[in-house]
Parts: sequence; C-alpha cells; structure tokens
Amino acid sequence: MTDISLRSAPQMRVGRWSLRKPSVLPGFGLTLGFTLCYLSLIVLIPLAGLILAAAGLGWSGFWSAVTTPRVLAAFRVSFGTSMIAALINAVFGLMVAWVLVRYSFPGKKIVDAIVDLPFALPTAVAGIALTALYSRNGWIGSWLEPMGIKVAFTPIGIIVALTFIGLPFVVRTVQPVLQDLAPEEEEAAVSLGATRWQTFCRVIFPAILPALMTGTALAFARAVGEFGSVIFIAGNMPGISEIIPLLIIIKLEQFDYAGATAIATLMLMVSFAMLLAINMLQAWMRSRHAG
Amino acid sequence: MPAETIAPSGGRPALREPLWLRLSLIGGALTFLAVFLLLPLILVFVQALGHGVEAYWDALVEQDAVSAIQLTVLVAAIAVPLNLVFGVAASWCIAKFEFRGKSLLITLIDLPFSVSPVISGMVYVLLFGLNGWLGPWLIDHNIKIIFALPGLVLATVFVTFPFVARELIPLMQEQGTEEEEAAVVLGASGWQVFRRVTLPNIKWGLLYGVLLCNARAMGEFGAVSVVSGHIRGMTNTMPLHVEILYNEYNFVAAFAVASLLALLALVTLVVKSLLEWRYGDELAASARH
Repeated sequence: MTDISLRSAPQMRVGRWSLRKPSVLPGFGLTLGFTLCYLSLIVLIPLAGLILAAAGLGWSGFWSAVTTPRVLAAFRVSFGTSMIAALINAVFGLMVAWVLVRYSFPGKKIVDAIVDLPFALPTAVAGIALTALYSRNGWIGSWLEPMGIKVAFTPIGIIVALTFIGLPFVVRTVQPVLQDLAPEEEEAAVSLGATRWQTFCRVIFPAILPALMTGTALAFARAVGEFGSVIFIAGNMPGISEIIPLLIIIKLEQFDYAGATAIATLMLMVSFAMLLAINMLQAWMRSRHAG
Repeated sequence: MPAETIAPSGGRPALREPLWLRLSLIGGALTFLAVFLLLPLILVFVQALGHGVEAYWDALVEQDAVSAIQLTVLVAAIAVPLNLVFGVAASWCIAKFEFRGKSLLITLIDLPFSVSPVISGMVYVLLFGLNGWLGPWLIDHNIKIIFALPGLVLATVFVTFPFVARELIPLMQEQGTEEEEAAVVLGASGWQVFRRVTLPNIKWGLLYGVLLCNARAMGEFGAVSVVSGHIRGMTNTMPLHVEILYNEYNFVAAFAVASLLALLALVTLVVKSLLEWRYGDELAASARH
C-alpha cells in the first residue's frame, strides 16, 4: 500500500535528478546497486588494474615490449589464422544456415542442435581431439600426410581449431535473418524475370550481408583470443605457430609481468575496437532488418 | 517450416534451386559439419575406450582425476549461483526500469565475452598475485587467492559473467512490466512480485542461461590455467587435468577425462535443444546467439 501512496513522490525526485523514469515497481536501487558493485568488483576494477599497470610502463616501455620480433610474429600468426578461419566460417556458415533454413532433410533438427557443439564442448577437449584427428597417424592426418599436407603442429592446425571454435557464430547470426526474409521479395524478383542466381545475388544476399558480416566479425573476435583449442594442435613454435594468448602465458610464467601486461593491454584494446565494430554492424543489421 | 513456404513442391523453378544444387548444398554442409564437429566428438569416445572399459574406468577413479572432478564441480557450484543472482538482479533493473546509461551498462555486462580467457585470468594475477597490487597485503594476512580455490572461482565467474544476464534481459524486456505493476497495485510486496509473477515467467529462460553458464564454467580452460598453478590433486580442474595427462602422453586417461566433459557438452546440448523446441516462445528471441 505504501508503494501506491508514494507514487507521486518518486516523480518529484525524478524531476530533480531525471536519472530514471518513475515506476511503481520496487527494487530498483537494490538491484542496480548490486549490479554495479558486482560488475565493478569482478570485471571493471580488475581490467582497470591491467590498464593501470600498462600505463605504469610508460609509452617507451610499452612500445618496446610489444614491438619485439617474437611479439610481432605472434600478432601476425594470431590475426592471420583468425582471419582465414573467419572467412572459412563465413562461406560454410552461410551454407549451413541456408541448408538449415531452406531445405528439409531427415535429421535436420539434430544437425541444427549439433551446430552449437563448439559452444558447449570445452576448448581443451576440442584441442586434443582435433590434434589426434590431424596428427600423422590420426584419422584425417593419415590421409593428408601422403599428399604432403601437414596440419597438426603447423599454422594450418591453428586455422582448423579456430574454424571449429567460430562456426556457430556465423550460422546463428545468419539463420534468424534468413528465416525472417519475406518471400514476397523473391517472388517479385522472379515475376520481373530474374533467374534464381540473380535473385540470390540481388535480393537475398544484400539482405543477409549485415548478418553475415556480424557473424564473421564475432567469429574473428572469438578466434583472436582463443587459447584452449589452439595450443595442443599449434606446435607453438615461436615466430611460426605461437599465438598471442600463449605468449602472454609464457611471459607470465617467466615473471615478465611488464611484457605480459603490455601485450595483454594491446590485445584488450583490439578486443574493444572489435566490440565497437560489431556493435555498429549490429545496429546496421537492425536498421536493415527493420527497413 | 519455412522451407515449405518458400520452396513449394510444385512448379515455380525460379523460386527454388535445381535439384542437383540443393543436394550438393546439403551434402556440402553436412560433410563440413561431419568433419569439423562430429569426427572430433566421436574420436574422444573412441580414444577413451580404445584400451577397453577397464582402462577407461581406472583412469576415471584414479585419485588425481577424482579430485579434479570434485574441484570442477565445486568451482561451478560457487560460480554459477553467483552469476545467477547477479543475472537476475541485473535483468530486473535493466528490463523493468528506464534509466540513463542503460545501454552502456548492457555493453559492460557483455564485456567479459570479448576479453580473451587468458587475459581474464591474468587480471587477477596482477591484482592478487605475489607481485600484484594486493599481493603483499594478502601474504601478510595469510590469504591465498592465486594458485588456490578463490582464484579459480574468480576466473570462472569472470568468463561466465554475462550468460544468465544476457538471456534474461531481452526476455524480461519482451515481457514488459504490466503484470508486475498489477501485482504491486494489488498490494504484493517486492519479493512476492518476483516470486509469484516474474519467476514463473522467466523460469525456462533462467534454466537456459544457467545451463550454458554451467557448461562454460566446468569447461573453462584458458582463464583457470593462468590462476591455477597446476598443482596436481589440489588446483587442477578437469580441463587442466586433461592437459597434464595429454602432455604426459597418457592418451587413454586424457581422453577418458575428456569424455566426461564431452558428455557434459552433449547433455547440455540435448537439454538446451529440448528447451528451445518445447519452450521456444518462453525463451528470449535473441537466445539463439
């Protein structure tokens, strides 16, 4: 009852602060306070600690730590393999999403469910399984070896692991958009004389492009930071198949905290830039979707 | 379902792909999924049982494996409820109220997903480690966080931070505030409103979020690897134990422990799919990533 009688009071307070719109529902202060405390303690303060530690290195210290040949090579490996894996996922992810939305075949529901396996399977398990699969006497490796293709313990192995990790992102981003496409647009294109290929290129593809790019960016962002599935299959040769997250761990284990801090901060900045880009892509996706 | 509406069975060739193309697209997609997803999964179980059921069982009841399993369950049992309470609190204030800075808050809650797991663990080492900001103070007071249970829990909480919240926020936003407002006007207390009105509406979404949160909590590798110290029988979770066994070339044992984690993943997928099929409309629209 008190809540009702106080109904006009919060409005007055809001008028002064205008931080939030009035509501009769209780618990705003408690839940927001708890949320902010928990968020600060678990996420914000620890991340700020990292950035503060990096600031303590000074610009020259930071710069010299991230421009050693080994670090630069690791950045090249991480970004190069992540990019290739994301592109592979763009192609096959689109194909999987298309098949799942447009065609019916036996076992489709199970196939649809298994797409999420990389989200559910612990990365270390994926790592050792892929390594055993692609090593010289593995099920796939023993086929590829005679052809002169080495996957395990080379950068190709990293690409395989990152493709595994990133697959659901493209499928799950494109799938709902493809599902919601209005059939009228395709019918209109056909009635105007377009072939199926023209309809796909001019009508369907432009409509799903924002989603496809968002999914690919998500897969790339995940791949750059990925650790567990990669380290088993990579071989981890400095300069050739050593990824950034592993290099951070190596520096930590050598108590080179300055080096680890600098590399981690640079990685963090790249992640934030990716997050910003993905948010912008999603906004584009929504506006395209609404219009 | 939409397959039928868009590709009607009769005529209209320009509205659907020719048969050979349809079949090769299906074939290509299924082959890709079989090679990249199914083969690794099957291999885990084949390798684990490769030397017979007895060797498999021995690897699971071995002392270090048992303590790794116990530790993994313990860490998840602390981390998941913490993020559950946080997820409910965060989605309550975000979904039921309008306030300034809301979209910033949502972005910040999602932040841990964009941070590399290795960095998620490392930030706690910088904070609580031997040379960390609070390191000397912790040593003086004989508190161990890094290379001990609290560090494992913290790292796990960090990487699973957004799961429950990001499932509940869109769901509760969709549901609006009318039912809760009616309950308040009828004289219900805050707790009554939550328990009798909100909770029944979000229970499946909540379960869905907890399920994904738990799968990630038990399977996390990178973040806990940084804070664990890899002390056998003490601070080794299951994924870390798998790594140690694998690096010792003890493949049967490594894949045996890995098979438990793979089983967890499969159970998670099955329950998740069941929830999606049965209660799809009671889950958030954006649930499917």
